[in-house]
This record gives sequence, structure tokens and C-alpha cells, in this order.
Amino acid sequence: MTDAALLSLEANKAAGPAPAVVAARGVSLVFEGGGHRVTALAGVDLTIAAGDFVSLIGPSGCGKTTLLRAIADLERPSSGELLVNGMTPSEARKRRSYGYVFQAPALYPWRSVVRNVMLPLEIMGVPRAERLARARHYLDLVGLREFTHKFPWQLSGGMQQRVSIARALAFEPKLLLMDEPFGALDEITRDRLNLHLHELWRRTATTVVFVTHSISEAVFLSTRIVVMSARPGRIVEIIDNDLPVSRDLGLRETPAFLAVARRVREALRAGHSYD
Amino acid sequence: MRRPSERDGATWPVIVVILALIGVWYVGAILLNGPQVREQAAEDASFRDFVVQTWSMERPVLPAPHQIAAELAQSLFTHSVTSPRNLLYHAWVTVSAALAGLGIALALGLLLAVGIVHIRVLDRSLMPWVIASQTVPVLAIAPMVVVVLGNLGITGLLPKAAISGYLAFFPITVGMVKGLRAPDPLQIDLLRTYDARPWQILSLLRFPASLGFLFPSLRVAMTLALVGAIVAELPTGAQAGLGARLLAGSYYGQTIQIWAALFMAAVTSMLGLAAVSLTEALVAQRRGGRL
Repeated sequence: MTDAALLSLEANKAAGPAPAVVAARGVSLVFEGGGHRVTALAGVDLTIAAGDFVSLIGPSGCGKTTLLRAIADLERPSSGELLVNGMTPSEARKRRSYGYVFQAPALYPWRSVVRNVMLPLEIMGVPRAERLARARHYLDLVGLREFTHKFPWQLSGGMQQRVSIARALAFEPKLLLMDEPFGALDEITRDRLNLHLHELWRRTATTVVFVTHSISEAVFLSTRIVVMSARPGRIVEIIDNDLPVSRDLGLRETPAFLAVARRVREALRAGHSYD
Repeated sequence: MRRPSERDGATWPVIVVILALIGVWYVGAILLNGPQVREQAAEDASFRDFVVQTWSMERPVLPAPHQIAAELAQSLFTHSVTSPRNLLYHAWVTVSAALAGLGIALALGLLLAVGIVHIRVLDRSLMPWVIASQTVPVLAIAPMVVVVLGNLGITGLLPKAAISGYLAFFPITVGMVKGLRAPDPLQIDLLRTYDARPWQILSLLRFPASLGFLFPSLRVAMTLALVGAIVAELPTGAQAGLGARLLAGSYYGQTIQIWAALFMAAVTSMLGLAAVSLTEALVAQRRGGRL
């Protein structure tokens, strides 16, 4: 561990027991309907501390999206305790504690790019001038300054997803929930956006929970990697990723990186061993 | 750079079709008016005279296009706009009722659609009635509405607007229900993550998303509103309006007058449709060219 990391750890301890950003204990979630019972989550225990970048990785149907949606109060756990910033997910949502980035950009096609980014600010009653200033700032941050007044359909898929990230950042949430935001993009765009996101996370000190299918994406971005398995969705292993905090794409060729990736792959395989 | 539009090259085909229709019409006038002319004509009249006569009768079965045009010109240009002899005066009487009806239809249609989309019970209980309302012929409803409202002391524009609105609210309701449900679940989830109020979900998402459905509905509603206003003038014994002109024309066998009124009604509804299209284009322009 680097000195800086140690120092920040000490600082955290000195500040007293701040509530974990996400604390899940024995969280289960069962979907019922049409005579079917699907156990999406079974006994999930997970604690996410402030400043963490946590990836949820696993095969389709392992409940990683469901877990993220439960944290966001878009689904309600059937049992167990789930706290966000020490509050129930519903209270946390009402306090607008998190920004959510969906699998699809979910932009409103009748709004220009900048007005899409201003949408949350409009709802939260931020004054008009500040709305515009903040939207411009975050569009700058995701490198879309020239596209301010374009409409979503005039942008490529990668750009649209960047707009949706700017929109999630615009009201400056301390917690960012991202559901396979780059899943539909080509590898090159994905690499670039991963780098973008990594730098953004380092600069803004937000906590990120990130759902992904991609091992290399998870290892590249995360401080911790939560490996899940399907039917029922549960956590197989939580892997601490002690690669240096400052990362670039070249890191992915290093033995240290490949070692972490191997551990993730093995955990994924272990999760599959029963079928 | 200008993109090739659908209309490019369509001018000539349209002109040819119109000319063909006019040709067919003149032939039709000969065939339909022929028997009457033959009764009165001298035995030795030439075919040329016969044809000219079928095209210039005072009360033909089917008036020739130029007769209707002459009637229209005479009505529109020799009388002041406020005179009951000017068709524009009658058109305005009908249009004002249709516009009032369209206003009623928009308000009612929006209200019903918002209710149906938000309240599950209304979806089950209201929609069948909305559909049933349209299975009753407007010709049966119109006199009753006029009589009932007349008894309440309501006469003039309002009963006509009510009948017109009765026809026009249906496409608006159906279109708006579909439109308000158009947003995909992700777009709604997004607003939930911001803890948006229900009215914000309506005004920021559902309503803007529905506009693409509103305008096609509005086109249908516009023509129905006009039909409703004309039909409403028939049982009310109205003295003014295109419907009144149609009725008076048929009482006195003034076929040319009937056709002139019909033509006026057609032009009016085309102008109405053009107005809807213009509004649609303006709205689309504010949204970057797409609705």
C-alpha cells in the first residue's frame, strides 16, 4: 500500500465511524409474478466504503443489475437489511444521494444535449443560470463541449452514453451507480471511456458501484471486485484490487494486472462449478 | 444542401389526376343530366347543343365544374363577407363551432387520457365507454343534444360545439393514451432516481413524448370536428353555416348551391389540416427537426 493510501486510511479512522455508503446484510430479492418465482438475490452481504470503486461482475442473470437497482430503490429487497449512507434506500433516493447511469443512455430525444444534462437540475430546482453553467462544466468534463446544442440522435452511441454520464454527474452526487454503461460500445470507445471514468473518479472522489460483464474493465477500474454467480444470485468472492491508484491503459499488459484478472476469472469459474 | 423531398416531381402527376377527374366529371354531367334535357329538347337538336345544355341547367342532377366555380365566385366576390349570401360568412359560422368543438375535444381528451394512464381503475372503467360513445351515430345524438341544451336555454354556438367535440375527443383520447404511455421504463426510472413528482413526470416526460402521437390524432380530430359542426347544423334548423346551406339547397333543389357549399367545406378542412401540419412543423423545429 502506498503512503498516501495509508494516510487516507488513517484520516478515515480519525473521522470516526462514518456510515458505509452501502451496507447490505442478508439481502434477498424474489421476483414473483405469473406463477413464477425467481430468486434474483440470495443472502447478499456487502459493505462499500466512501471513495471505493466497486465492480459487480458475473454471468447474465446473477442479479448484479438487481442489486444495483435495489441500492437505487428501483427494486425492493424481499428480506435482509440494505442501507445507503445509513438510510433506507428510499430515504436515500428522496435525498438524491446517488446518480444512476443506465445500460442505455435514456436521453430524452426532444431535448438538446445540454438540456438533457440540465434535466436533474431542473427537477431539483437549481436556478437557471447555475443549471447552464454546471451542464456546460460536465459536458466539458466528458469531452462534449462542441455538441452542447446537438440533439441525441445526432450523436454516436458512445457520445450519447457520455451525455448520460454528464447528466448523472451534473447534480454532483457522492455516489454513482453505473449499470453496464459501456456494454453496448465498441472496444476502442470503451477503452477511452474507461480511462475517462477512472480519471473522473480520481478527481471527484465519488464512490462508484459499477456493473460489468468485462473482467478487464472491472480490474482496470475497481478498488474492489465483487464476483457473483447466477441462480440464485449471490456473491462468490470479493477481491481487493491493490493495483496502484493511478492507472493507464498500459497497466493491462502488466503481470500484476493479469494476476488480478486471473483471480477474478477463477472466482467466476468457481461460481459456475455447480452447473 | 437540400435533401430531395417526397414532393419533388409530384406536381405533374397531381395536375394530370385533377384534369382527368374534371374530365370524368363533365362526362358524368352529360350522362346524369341527359334524360332531363332530352325531355325538354326539340327532336332535331344537335348533339353539340345537347351537351352544352347538360352543362348549363339551372337545377342539374350533377352540376358541371364551371357552374360550381361560377356560383362560388359569385358568392365570394359580389357580396360582403358579413352577408348571408357570402359562403365565407357561412364557413366562418361552421368553423367557429368546429374550433370551439376542437377545443372541448382537446381539453376532454387530455383529461381523460391523463386519468386513464394514471389511474388503473379508470383504464378499466372509462375506456369501454369512450369506445362505446363512438358506436352511436352522431346523427342520432345531434338532435337530442340540441333539444336538451335548448331546454336549458343554451342555444347558438355551444350545442354545435358540443356535438363537434363529441366526435373529435375520441381520436385525441386514444392517441394521447398511447402517447402518454410511450416513454420506455428506463426513461421513467431515471425520473424516479431524481425523486421527481408525478406532475414533473407528466410535464417533463409523458407529455413531451406524446406529442408525436398528438398531431396525427389532431388531424383526424380536425376533420371530425368540422363534420360534427356541419351535421349539428342540420337538425337545429340553423339559418347560417355550411350545414344550413346544404340543407336549404336540398329543400329547394338548388344542386349548384349544395355543391358550392360542399366545395367550401372541403377547402375549409384542407386549411384546417394545413394549420395542424404547420403547428407540427413549428414544434418539430424547436426539437431539432424531429417530433
